[in-house]
Amino acid sequence: MACILNNPSSNLTSLLSLEYKLLNVKLQQLPAWIMKRDFSPSEIVKAFHRGHDAYFDKYIDVKKGGIGGVSMVLAAYILLNYCVIYKELKHERR
Amino acid sequence: MNENLFAPFITPTIMGITTLPIIMIFPCIILSTPKRWLPNRIQTLQIWLIRQITKQMLSMHNTRGRTWALMLMSLILFIASTNLLGLLPYSFTPTTQLAMNIGMAIPLWLATVIMGFRNKPKVSLAHFLPQGTPTPLIPMLIIIETISLFIQPLALAVRLTANITAGHLLIHLIGSATLALSSISMTVSTITFTILFLLTILELAVAMIQAYVFTLLVSLYLHDNS
Repeated sequence: MACILNNPSSNLTSLLSLEYKLLNVKLQQLPAWIMKRDFSPSEIVKAFHRGHDAYFDKYIDVKKGGIGGVSMVLAAYILLNYCVIYKELKHERR
Repeated sequence: MNENLFAPFITPTIMGITTLPIIMIFPCIILSTPKRWLPNRIQTLQIWLIRQITKQMLSMHNTRGRTWALMLMSLILFIASTNLLGLLPYSFTPTTQLAMNIGMAIPLWLATVIMGFRNKPKVSLAHFLPQGTPTPLIPMLIIIETISLFIQPLALAVRLTANITAGHLLIHLIGSATLALSSISMTVSTITFTILFLLTILELAVAMIQAYVFTLLVSLYLHDNS
């Protein structure tokens, strides 16, 4: 941690510093934030790992975890499937 | 009506690329492995469940059969989790595809048969003739037993596919019947809704039972051949 803090010019610092985490970015700054990200496949995989670890540590890997942690994942799964299927479902509208 | 009845069984695609790998890997995200000595609640529950199933299923096997423990446990976990996730709205169940179930059944069954013929050829051949058969019946019975042996993988695959597909279809049909009847007669609609509720509970049970049956039968074939 200390070596990261002492070297403000590194990419890792700028990515992990407080205002660049996705949850802290304001809506107006979102396009600028997206432009700053590195979109190589390994970076995308690392980003997914970081996101998964953050979610896991906050909601599931706790002493008294409840249904909430898994339910949020399932709700996101349902939403994702709805988005994928939307094109076929459009035709069922009356 | 005909077209959207089978729409849930089409592999979902994003811009032409199939999302099937993501859907099949998704249960792995929910089932996590513990990294500490005292895992969290969900992992403890998971470990307890897997241990119970392992004890129950592998108690009848000898040492050679128990080397299949990892295979059988991952099989039952995969089928149970994909079936249960398929009961969520708008989700796709990979086990409704016959291709996938045959892809699971034939290698496993063939592995048990080959294992049996390699290690204990006499015992494996002896299975073709049950004890106490009257002598005139022997030729016919051997033919019947051979046919039943070759039908085993197909039966495994088709059983799983048909049960899950039929369950999903029934839920779809009774659900749309409830919706259609709600504008005609509220009482009948309520009765249909009760049927739908009971059916959903049945489907939850079927999802888990089918996983159990599939794995149990594979382990039975293994027991015969190990």
